[in-house]
Formats: sequence, C-alpha cells, structure tokens
Amino acid sequence: MKISGGFKFDRRGVIAAALASAALAACGGTPEATGGDTVVAASLDGEVEKPNLKFGFIKLTDMAPLAIAKEKGYFAEEGLNVTLEPQANWKVLLDGVIGGQLDGAHMLAGQPLAATIGYGTKADLIAPLSLDLNGNAITLSNKVWDMIKADLPKGEDGKPIHPISAEVLKPVVESFEQQGKPFNMGMVFPVSTHNYELRYWLAAGGLKPGYYSDGDVQGVIDADVKLSVTPPPQMPATLEAGTIEGYCVGEPWNQAAVFKKIGVPVITDDQIWNDNPEKVFGLREDFAEKYPATTAAMLRAIIKAQQWLDADGGANRQEAVEILSRPNYVGADAEVIAASMTGVFTYEPGDTREAEGFNIFFDKYAGYPYYSDAIWYLTQMRRWGQIASDKDDQWYFDTAKAVYRPDLYLAAANKLVEDGVIPAESVPETDGFRGEQAGFIDGITYDGSKPNDYLAKFPIGLKAGDTVTAAGVSGS
Amino acid sequence: MATAFADTNPTAQSSSPVSEASSPAAAPDGKVEAPVEETPSSEPSALALKIRSVAAGLVWPIIGIVAFIGLWAVLAPQVDTSLGTLPGPAEVTEAGFGLYDEYSAAKEAEATFYAEQDARNEAAIAAGNPGAVRDFTYAGPPTFLDQIITSLETVALGFFLATVFAVPIGLMAGLSTRFNAAINPLVQIMKPVSPLAWLPIVTMVISAMITSADPLLPKAFVISALVVMLCSLWPTLINTAVGTSSIDKDLLNVGKVLRLGWFDKLTKLVLPASLPYIFTGMRLSLGVGWMVLIAAEMLAQNPGLGKFVWDEFQNGSSQSLSRIMFAVIVIGLIGFLLDRGMMSLQALVSKNRTV
Repeated sequence: MKISGGFKFDRRGVIAAALASAALAACGGTPEATGGDTVVAASLDGEVEKPNLKFGFIKLTDMAPLAIAKEKGYFAEEGLNVTLEPQANWKVLLDGVIGGQLDGAHMLAGQPLAATIGYGTKADLIAPLSLDLNGNAITLSNKVWDMIKADLPKGEDGKPIHPISAEVLKPVVESFEQQGKPFNMGMVFPVSTHNYELRYWLAAGGLKPGYYSDGDVQGVIDADVKLSVTPPPQMPATLEAGTIEGYCVGEPWNQAAVFKKIGVPVITDDQIWNDNPEKVFGLREDFAEKYPATTAAMLRAIIKAQQWLDADGGANRQEAVEILSRPNYVGADAEVIAASMTGVFTYEPGDTREAEGFNIFFDKYAGYPYYSDAIWYLTQMRRWGQIASDKDDQWYFDTAKAVYRPDLYLAAANKLVEDGVIPAESVPETDGFRGEQAGFIDGITYDGSKPNDYLAKFPIGLKAGDTVTAAGVSGS
Repeated sequence: MATAFADTNPTAQSSSPVSEASSPAAAPDGKVEAPVEETPSSEPSALALKIRSVAAGLVWPIIGIVAFIGLWAVLAPQVDTSLGTLPGPAEVTEAGFGLYDEYSAAKEAEATFYAEQDARNEAAIAAGNPGAVRDFTYAGPPTFLDQIITSLETVALGFFLATVFAVPIGLMAGLSTRFNAAINPLVQIMKPVSPLAWLPIVTMVISAMITSADPLLPKAFVISALVVMLCSLWPTLINTAVGTSSIDKDLLNVGKVLRLGWFDKLTKLVLPASLPYIFTGMRLSLGVGWMVLIAAEMLAQNPGLGKFVWDEFQNGSSQSLSRIMFAVIVIGLIGFLLDRGMMSLQALVSKNRTV
C-alpha cells in the first residue's frame, strides 16, 4: 500500500504526463520535457510517419471497432491506409505482431501483459486502448444442459433464474468422474479473458479448474474440470464433436451454438463480472515510440469507431452487423451476429433476454486502458499459477504501467475532445485505478491497488507462498 | 517414376511421324508426291476418323463426370452438418458466381478509391498544399482471384528455387558416386518430412532474418515459398541424380576420346542425356509444391487459396461450405493445368533428345 500512493496524482497530473510523453516522443526522445500545448499539437497534427498499416484480428464481433474504423472511413480521415487481415488463432496473431508482419491487432488483454512478463513469447507489447467491455459467454453442450436443466431454480415465467451458478455442474462432473471420463471445457488461449472468466465461474461454484505449474502450460493440475485451448471459430465444431462439454468464447460463437442447436449459453461474462474489460488494441512498444503520430492517428480512428458503435443507444448496430457479416470480417450469418450485437442475448431457443450491456465499445469509459484492469488479469495469472511465484504489489503496478498506456489513449482522446468530435465527459478523470469494484458473481470485491489482498480472498486459487508442481499445490 | 514416364509414351509416338517423314526421301520422287495428292480426298475421312476417335475418347470421361455430379447432387443433401446440408453442384456453382460478383464489386470499390484519391490530390494541389497528396494503394480485402494469383506466384517462386537447388546437386550426385553416397542418407531423411513440420522452423528463421520494416517481399510470401521449395526439391534432385548416373557409358567414353573438357562434357553429354529425367522430376516437384502450398497457407495464414479455405471454414456461415467446395474445385483444376503444362514441356524435351 505504501507504494500505491505514488500513483494518486490528479487528472491534471495524468494529462501533463501524457502531454510530456507525447512531446518526448515527438521530439524523438529529447530528454527535456518541454511540456506545453504547442509541442503536443505539433505531435498530434504531425505528418503520419507510416500511413500504410496492416492490423490483424480474430473473427469475433468485438473486432468491430477496427472494421468500422475502416468501413466508415475513420482510418482514411486520419490519413491512414489500413489493411485488416483475419488470423487463424491468437498465437498466430501474437507472432504476427511480435514479428512485425502486423502493425497492431485486436488482442486478448492478457496477451500484451503475458508477452511483457515473458509468459509464452517474450516481447515488449503495449495496450494503449481497450476495445470493449463484456462480450463473452459460457455455452454448455445439449447433453450437459439436459442433465442440469431440471435442477435449475425457475422464475415465475418458468425460465431459469440468472445468473446460473457453476454449482449446478457439480453433480454432472461427479457423474463423469464415476464413469471415469474427464469433464472437458474449451477456452481460446491460456492468457485469454475467457480462460480467467471460465475459471472464475467454475471456482465461484466450487469446482476446481486446475492449476498451471512452472513449465506446464496445460493448466489441469488438481482439476475437477479440465480446460483446453481451441480457436474461437472452431469452438462449435469441437463441441459438436464431443471433445469438450462446454466452452467460454466471444460472440458470435455462442449464438452459433444456439442456431446450430448444438449447445445452450448459460451465462454471459457480464453476469460473472459486471462490465468487465475485454479485448485491447495491442502493438509493439517500439512501434509506438518510432511512430508517435501514427499511433495517435490510429487511436483516434478507433475511438471514433467506438463512439459510432454506441451512438444513439445502438442505432448503428444493425449496420455494424451487416458490415461484420461480410466474409472478410467475422463472416458469420448476419442473424447470428445480430443475436448478440443488438441489445439482446439468446440462451436456449425461445429464451431471449435483454442484454443492453452485452457489448459496450464506448460508453462507461470502455476505451480507457485502466491500470487496475491490467492488474486484475495479472492477479488471475497468479491465482492459477501462470505466474509461478509471489510478486509484491509494486510488481503488479509496474507491470501494468509498462503495458497499459492511458497516456497514449489520452493524447488521442483529448485531441478528439478539443476538436469537438467526442464529448469531454467521455474521457474519465482518473489515476488509472477504478477503485473498489463489486459486481462479481461470488460477491468478492476487487481493488486494483491491493492485488495481494485480493488474491487472499479466493477460497480456490493460489495463496501467498503457494507453489505448484506436477504433484499438486504445496503451501509455504 | 514409372507412371510419370508412361505419360510420355503417347507423345513420343505422335512425334514419330516426324522422323518417318524423312525416310521417304530415299524413295523415288513420284511416289512421294502420290500420298500428297491423295490427302485431299482422304482428309475428310481422316478428319472424321479423328473426330470419332476423340469423341470416343471423351465418352467415358464425360460419363464419369456426369455420374459423379449426379451422385454428388443426390448424396450431398443427405449429409447434415451444423452449417446446413452439404452443398450440391447447384449451390457450388452459385457460390462461384457469388465470388465473381464479389470480385466485380471489389474492382468497383478499388476504382472508386483511386478516383476519390485522385480528386483529393488534385484539390490539395489546387489549394497549394502538395504535402497533403496521398499515393495509397487500395487496401481492400483480397478477392478470390487475388488469392489464386498469390498462390500461383508463391508456388512459382518456390518451384524456381527448388529447381535451382536440386538440379546442380542432382547432377553432382549423378556424376560422383562418392558425393551421392554422402548426400543420399540426408535426402532420404529429408524427403518424407511434411511441410507442416518445416513451417515453424522456416517461420522463425525468416522472421529473424527479415528485419526491415518494409521488406522487398512480404515475409509471409517468402515463408510459403521456402516451405514449398523444401518439400518439392526432392523429386527433382533424385530424378536428376538417377538420370545423370544412367547415361550410356559409351557416350561418356566417346567424350573421353574427344577429350571433352568438364564443362563441355556437362553441356554436350550429361545435360542433354538427363534432361527427360530432370523434367520428370520437375513435374513431380510442381505437383508436390502445389499440394504443400495449400497446406502451408492454411496453417501459417499466408495469403492465398489455402487461407481463403481456412477463413471460410472459420466464418462458419451458411455460405461457407459451398465457397470452400468451389475453392477445392479451383485448386484441383489449377493443379491439373500445372501438371499438363509440365507434361508438354517434358514431352518437348524428350522429343529433342531423340533427334
């Protein structure tokens, strides 16, 4: 706690820092911070250094800000000529950004963090912008759904009461165990939001999702439910093949299961953690240093697209659905994409509910890369053993500050406020920490300034001093 | 290899009249002209015969294709997938037209893009602001035709590299039994390695080697081409070595008698004698290369037909399966045409050898 005080500068401080860093970047690293509006303006209005850019994405609806920025001409407005290229899976996408084939990408929040701390491929990546809030769900196979459906508490309308707790899965997992079969579920990447959300949901229901050990990337040590990696677009096919009994994935792959009648979404991530931060826009740190004006320009274009997506209470969503359904973007059928993008979410057929907050791109400061969001991901990496040993709070702050770059976000957003493109109240006044957050399914509150205290609150998960070996968890 | 050579036989026969034509020269002139005079009267029947034989040759292939399409049309709707039933011939044809429409739309969008850019640039120059002139290339999504062209370019580069490496090494192996013994185990081990195993290694090496921000050739393109090369150079290498080592000993002895130098021996004796083998190897290599390329593009997400297939699979829309099937047919047709092209080259080379 003694350290976090250092973070609590006021808004002016943050902006000054942003201006200074932008100014520094503009001057090519001149050591003197010649703060002041004129220098910043030069940087922001400066000639785009690298106008021809290629961004990667995975076929998920939350890549929408990139597709919209291109199709609605926001990239062009900023003098950028952007190619968008779909990638096979998150690993290929990450390697593309690290290797320089891609200048930036629609990324899992955990990816730039993991790359920077050297979990998986080591590389200095940054996340100057968060793309969206929420947008994922957990789907179970028809077989499992039939096994739990009868036991679910029903409301007056005869429909299951939400949120559905993972506790209902316990008897199913036990019956699998008695038959000697593992209960497998899919998620999209070891450091994906989906992995942590699925684990959070299972653990909140008393099921152990397994631990990672140093050098083991399977994450199934001491597991009741075994999780494995499947690329998002292949999730429905894998579920249908019977390899997994359920999965956590972004849209449209939960609605695809509904349309194909192969599975039933049971809970959205919004119900696991209300308004949780999701994908980020990731790029290499050296790219942002080398091309500051380009970075600012691409962020401005994406912010404009985010605003368009949430404008007028979602009036543009139908058009967004049409754009996303093109084969070169998400490519799924428009009605499947619309099933989650237009303010509703379908659980089992006939059970369509209001889900205003299922995809938030701009409102609720969705674009601002909060340090505390980064720290939440880091705490989950520690909770499940991906970070092998204890880290002090300062390490969490330093890592978050190295990767999440609200200074770059503010440099772009403030210019848009200045130009009257976005309202001033859409840019938060913050020290980068959201403060104490409730809204988790298990009722545990999260305060980003106390990561180690937070980790101590979980009944299931590594505690201070715990280490994981192939044999299991051993305490200190 | 035996099957590869079997294909050359018909063409070799068809070329035989050329050599026969010269033999009547020994016969009296009048008799030579006689058949020439006969030809006008016999031509219709010869033509009719030819048409008849061609038609007879086409009957069974056509029956085969029609039967296949019929079976496909009947059986496809029986297969129910999560993306709907398997598309039949009609849906696949429709997907082909759909892809053509997309191509036309993309061309239109590209034209609009350039027109607008030119208009903006002119306006900027007129306004005395030449700094605002932009010269962007259109960054739209690649069309199906673009993907085909990318694939063909990649396989061409990979095949070229494979030939450039394999032929000299094959010649050396054929001429020197020691060298052959030295590389033989390596070749035997490398030959059966799948492209998918090479891919990660090539990817990492190329990523490390090409560090320029704006390389001459895109990394993905070089990676695919190198994987094609690594997998397709073996047939050429082995065939060249076999062809070189099986040169008639008499020919080599003649060379010794004539005291041909090393270079002359190579160009006058060895190369001409082994050319048919080399081309047989190259034809096999091209076939392997085309197959490898599609796999490499699918796995590494390098632009091309393989990526098109994978992207469509990932789309999982109601159109995806028919578009994938259309791509499969196109891949097969291109592979067939490449093979025919190499076959005619091979026939040409074999003919030269007999002269």
